Amino acid sequence: MSEKIIYFDNNATTGVAPEVLEAMLPYLGPEYGNPSSMYRFAGASQRAVQKAREQTAALLGAGTEEIIFTSCGTESDSTAILSALRARPDKKHFVTTRIEHPAVMALGQQLEQDGYTVTWLGVDDKGRVNLDEFTRSLARDTALVSMMYANNETGNIYPVAEVGAICRERGVPFHVDAVQAVGKLPVNLEELPIDYLSMSGHKIHAPKGIGLLYVRRGTPFRPFLRGGHQERGRRAGTEAVPNIVALGAACELAGKHIDEENGRVKALRDDLQKRLLESIPDSIINGDPENRLPGTLNISFKNVEGEAILLLLDQYGICASSGSACTSGSLEPSHVLRAMGVPFTYSHGSVRLSLCRYNTQEEVDFVADALPKIIARLREISPYKD
Amino acid sequence: MWEYTDKVREHFLNPRNIGAMQDADAVAEVGSLACGDALKLYLKVKDGVIENASFQTFGCASAIASSSALTEMVKGLSLDEALKISNKDIAGFLGGLPKEKMHCSVMGQEALEAAIRSYRGEPPVPLSHEGKLICKCFGVTDEQISKAVRENGLTTVEEITNFTKAGGGCGDCQEEIAAILARTLEEMSGKAASRAPGADKDLPPGLGDLRKGRETAPVLSNVQRMQKVMNALEEIVRPRLKQDGGDIELVDIAGKEVSVALRGMCTSCPSSRLTIEGFVQQTLREQVEPGITVREVSQ
Repeated sequence: MSEKIIYFDNNATTGVAPEVLEAMLPYLGPEYGNPSSMYRFAGASQRAVQKAREQTAALLGAGTEEIIFTSCGTESDSTAILSALRARPDKKHFVTTRIEHPAVMALGQQLEQDGYTVTWLGVDDKGRVNLDEFTRSLARDTALVSMMYANNETGNIYPVAEVGAICRERGVPFHVDAVQAVGKLPVNLEELPIDYLSMSGHKIHAPKGIGLLYVRRGTPFRPFLRGGHQERGRRAGTEAVPNIVALGAACELAGKHIDEENGRVKALRDDLQKRLLESIPDSIINGDPENRLPGTLNISFKNVEGEAILLLLDQYGICASSGSACTSGSLEPSHVLRAMGVPFTYSHGSVRLSLCRYNTQEEVDFVADALPKIIARLREISPYKD
Repeated sequence: MWEYTDKVREHFLNPRNIGAMQDADAVAEVGSLACGDALKLYLKVKDGVIENASFQTFGCASAIASSSALTEMVKGLSLDEALKISNKDIAGFLGGLPKEKMHCSVMGQEALEAAIRSYRGEPPVPLSHEGKLICKCFGVTDEQISKAVRENGLTTVEEITNFTKAGGGCGDCQEEIAAILARTLEEMSGKAASRAPGADKDLPPGLGDLRKGRETAPVLSNVQRMQKVMNALEEIVRPRLKQDGGDIELVDIAGKEVSVALRGMCTSCPSSRLTIEGFVQQTLREQVEPGITVREVSQ
C-alpha cells in the first residue's frame, strides 16, 4: 500500500524502530554464528546475546540470570503458568481474572478441563478488580495467581504490586502478563513482588517472534522446551540471535522514551479522547480513565457496529481495532467488555485506538476529524436512533 | 481481516436505498442490538409487485452490503417471485460472503419474508409461536436451524453457527443443534416415516445418542410436521388440483395451522372453500396429524 497510513493500533503490534532494525541486521547477515559454538567466529553472536540480556534486564530491574528469551508473549505465559503448576503438583487451584489475554484465559480453561479449580475474578464496570475479593479467593490449595499488568483492550492498569504483596504473604507464586505494560510503564522487578513476568518484543518496536520470561531467582521452574543447554537449560533451542539483539535494542530505547510515553503520547491520547467525546454524541470510554496505559483509548459509539467502523476508518488509511463480535472471530463482543458489563448498545460499537511515540498531533487531528463523519454515516444507516 | 469480494465492499461503501420509507406498504425488522446485527426492511408494493425497497441496518460490512443487495434484487419482482429469493441468492449476488458471515444473508432473506408476510396480513413473525428457542444467546429457534440446514445443505454444527449464529455464544446449545441437524438430515433423506427406532446408521458419527428420546415422542415436532405436510401437498394434493387446472402453494405452517394459497383455476373456483376444507384439510389430517387445520390466505 502506498497511501499514507495512520497507525493507531500499537497494542496489536508496533513498527520496528530504525535503531532496532540496524542493530539486528548484522545477525541476519554476516554474523550468523551459533552462540554455542567454540570458535572465535561465533563470539560476536555470543556477545550480542549477552548484551541483549543486559539491556532487557536493565529495563526490568532484573538480574541477567533471571531472563529467559522465548519466541513470544504467549510462550512466556504458557511456560510460566505450566512451570509453576508442575512445581507444585499437589496444589490444584489457579486464580486469574476474567479480563486476561487469551494466552492466559485459554490456558485457564484447559486447566479446568484437566481437573484444576480456577477462580475467575470479575471486574466492575470500569474493569477494576476488587482486592478483597482477590484475597478471599486464595486457598491453601492455591498453586498460582496470574494477573495481567495492563489490559490490551482497555489499557487498564492492574494493582500487581498489591496483589503480589498479598501473594507473598500467603506464600503463593505470582505470574504477571506484562506484555502491554513493559515500555509504557516503569516496571522495576527489584521492588515489585512478582515471581514470573511475561513480555513480548513486537509491542515495543522489536520484530515479531521474540518474547521474554522473567523468573525471579529462587523460584521453582520446570522447562517447557527441553533438549539443550541454552538459557541455562531453561529454554532449549538455538537462540534467535537477530531477534534477541532486536529485543535488547528495543528495551534500551523503551527505557529512554518512557517519559515521552507518559508525557507527549499521553497528551495526544487525552486530546483525541476529549475531542471525540465532544464531537460524537452517545460515546463512552471503556475502562478506567484514571488508571490506564498512556497511549490507549477504548471508546464505544452507541448503535453502530465496530467492524463497519474499522472498514470505513481503513478507507481513510486509519488502522484501529474493535472489540465487536464481527472482529473478534467469534459472534460475541469481547470478553473484556462483557466482563465489565458494557451494554450491547455500546459493546458492539467499540473502537480501540492505541498510540505510540511515533504518532503525531497531525495524525490525532486527522482521526478526530474523520471519526465523527464515519459514526454519523453509520448512524444514518442504523435502524436504532436512541 | 475478512476477505470480502469487491462487490461486498462496493455495496458497503456505497449502499443503495438507505433509510426509512415514509409511505412503505410493508415493514419488517429482524435481528437485534444484542445479536450484533439488525435489519429493518421497507417495501413499496403496487399490484403485487415490489416497486421500491429501502433498508436500515445495524451491523458489520457484510450485513450492510447484504441489505443493500437485497433491496436492489427485489425491486420489480412480484411478491411471489421475491419470496423465492434465498439467502444463497443474496450471497451469490454479492459474489459470495465469507462463511462466518453467511448469517448476514440469512438475515436479509428473513426480513424479506417477514415483510411480505406482514403485507399479506399473515402472522408477523413466522414460526416463532411453535418453534422452540434453541440458542438463547442469539434467539434462534429449531425451525430456523432446520431451514438453514435444508436450504443450504449444511452438514456440521459449525456451518449452522456460520449461517444462523446459533451456538456461537455460550455454546451450551451445541448438542441440541447437533440433534436438530441429525433429525433434519434424516428427514431430508426421506426416511423419517419409515425408519425403525434405534437405526442410527445414517447419522453423522456420535449423533445417534443425542437424538434418542425423541423417538418415542407422541406428537410430531414442528420440523417433522412441516416435512409431512409438504410431502402430502406435493404427492397427493397438487396432482389432484392440477388435473382440474388449479394449483396450491404452501404459505406457512404455524403449529398445526397450515396456510395455503390457491392458484390457477382454483382462485376463481366458487367451491374453493370446499376444496380447502373437504379435500386439502382432510388429506392432511389423514396423512399428517388429526389436529391440522388449513386456512386459505390471499396472495
